[in-house]
Amino acid sequence: MAEIRVQNLRKEFGAFVAVQDSNFVVNDGEFFVMLGPSGCGKTTTLRMIAGLELPTGGQILLGGDDVTMLRARERDIAFVFQLFALYPHMNVRKNMGFPLLAQGMPKAEIRQRVEETAKLLRIDHLLDKPVSGLAGGDRQRVALGRAIVRRPKCFLMDEPLGTLDAEFRDLMVHELRELHNRIHATTVYVTHDQLEAMSMADKIAVMNHGVIEQFGSPKEIYDHPATMFVADFIGSPPMNFLKFGGGLQKGAKEIVVQGASVAVPEIREDFAPADFALGVRPEHIRFDDASKLRGSIYGTEYLGTTQIVAVETADGMVKARVPADIPLRMGEPVGLTFNAPRLSLFERASGRAIRTGVREGAQGGPAHG
Amino acid sequence: MADVSLRGVSKAFGDTQAVDDLTLSIKDGEFVVLLGPTGAGKTTTLRLIAGLERPDSGSIVIGGRDVTQLAPAVRDVAFVFQQYSLYPHLTVYENLAFPLRSPARKWSETQINSRVLEVAKLVRIDHKLENKSTRLSGGEMQRVAIGRALVRKPAIYLMDEPLSSLDAKLRGDLRLELKRIQAELFSTMLYVTHDQIEAMTMADRIGILADGRLVQLGTPREIYMEPANLHVAARLGQPAINLLPADLLPEAAAPAGTKTIGARTEHLTIRKAANGHADGTVDWVEHLGDQNHLHLTVGNRKLVTLTDPDTLFEKGDRVTIRLKAPLYFDGAGNRITG
Repeated sequence: MAEIRVQNLRKEFGAFVAVQDSNFVVNDGEFFVMLGPSGCGKTTTLRMIAGLELPTGGQILLGGDDVTMLRARERDIAFVFQLFALYPHMNVRKNMGFPLLAQGMPKAEIRQRVEETAKLLRIDHLLDKPVSGLAGGDRQRVALGRAIVRRPKCFLMDEPLGTLDAEFRDLMVHELRELHNRIHATTVYVTHDQLEAMSMADKIAVMNHGVIEQFGSPKEIYDHPATMFVADFIGSPPMNFLKFGGGLQKGAKEIVVQGASVAVPEIREDFAPADFALGVRPEHIRFDDASKLRGSIYGTEYLGTTQIVAVETADGMVKARVPADIPLRMGEPVGLTFNAPRLSLFERASGRAIRTGVREGAQGGPAHG
Repeated sequence: MADVSLRGVSKAFGDTQAVDDLTLSIKDGEFVVLLGPTGAGKTTTLRLIAGLERPDSGSIVIGGRDVTQLAPAVRDVAFVFQQYSLYPHLTVYENLAFPLRSPARKWSETQINSRVLEVAKLVRIDHKLENKSTRLSGGEMQRVAIGRALVRKPAIYLMDEPLSSLDAKLRGDLRLELKRIQAELFSTMLYVTHDQIEAMTMADRIGILADGRLVQLGTPREIYMEPANLHVAARLGQPAINLLPADLLPEAAAPAGTKTIGARTEHLTIRKAANGHADGTVDWVEHLGDQNHLHLTVGNRKLVTLTDPDTLFEKGDRVTIRLKAPLYFDGAGNRITG
């Protein structure tokens, strides 16, 4: 296994810039997820690492070697595509052994490798079964096995779970992560599903319009989003934004939103009067009749342990996640309070997060550098 | 809008019994969601009601009229498919107006116009009425497809996973909107999905389908809190309910005959073990952002529960676990209440 280092990587298709000067390092053995909406450049980046696209500029180092201009098959990587195609006329053993056979490995060694890999994936009892009779999950495991059996320097996966039922996807997410914990293969995984990213990743790069907006651990990205785009893309429902204006002074610990004063983490930057946004995650909102920040219940979504409550305020809809046993009526007026240390502040024009006492040291703004 | 009922409806395709003796009544103005995995018979049920398939046995009644043998066109249903099917050469406006232009309706242009505008606003596509339908994003196309069903006021709307092709954020927004639109219009809706969140958040009643059979029918709260058996219990809740052997944890005052205990987050009290006795250990804390999952090992079993975003649990912590009124199931997987 190996480290992947991407430096100033750029890809243009005619006048369209698909990937704009990306920089990141995937450490040896790390599970790295590129997350973003369709068209953000994540698949193009992956295809450049794989050698399926040549970059317009920049470098890709695999285990210290410059592979930027090498062909895909000279890179010693395994690419797992969205659709797992197995050879239908072969059994599990032959499907898994095929990549090794193609490399010209001796039969006895193939046998040993396939059996080891099957054990790792817990499909060793299926080795001599035809693939046509397998359940969906087992087919997926065989396909993974076929990628793992080669012991490549890294795995590249492009939305491998995209077509699965929700329930089955949850299962595979945990299985993939557990597998990773056992084999520690450097993995680059592309998805638009934030829950997959949060569940599996050691590090996430959130991409938008070809730019990496933030690079960090799932917790950093969730708790301290660097931009409004990241804050909005991650979380279900996403972060709420409440408008506020005026200037900001270093050291301030309070802002005024819709005429109500709101405690926030200590502000560490000065700003001339402009438009700002207070970012509040749904789980950091509580109802309190004493609060001056008012709204009325627009709708509730029961989720069992918790419920999502949509509250209509003077500044649009705010969604809160509260325990399911709080009774609420449609149209009922409520006051809102927030968990101050968990709030984010943004400058609306640039969308970037403002430095505060709880996000000092976190990267502000898109991580271009 | 009208009552819709299925009475003992069965449908087989070759050796596969897609729908098996299904009896279900949907009340006028009710939102019913059928929840089940691929192959449970959800889509076939919709197609049977729409008249796109004929049942092998049983009858289908819409608004008091037996429609079992009637053609789709005269059943007065509107169907929204999983994959949006719009007329590519028409604008959004014309796509929405199309069902209203049927000669049988004799609507005036003014009537059509006001209805199209009303629905376009509901599905939030009113800013793109003059766009060609091919020049829309996936989410916009699906909103037009839903809108095209909504312009009519049929006896029932049949929706086949209409949100499954959309991204998570748009799905979340449309969920809330669809429920609100349905409540405002007081329309009768049968909606099928494999997504438990859609079922929980939108349904007046959920029907749990498995292998073509209706396993349980009830409000989201009933299904979640009082599942009839293990199969239903496992369908709802995130993280999924923990199903444990009856003797795994101490002090469980399980009724006679209990084989399995079902424990969700709200059935578990977990504390760090002070000293001495511990029931299990923390494997890891999974930070999913809005929800954090605590993964535990107890004996040779794994448990997953929700934990506070600022949880103090750490990998390797030894913990005590107490059950609070969990769910009990017998050897056949059926719920023991009592």
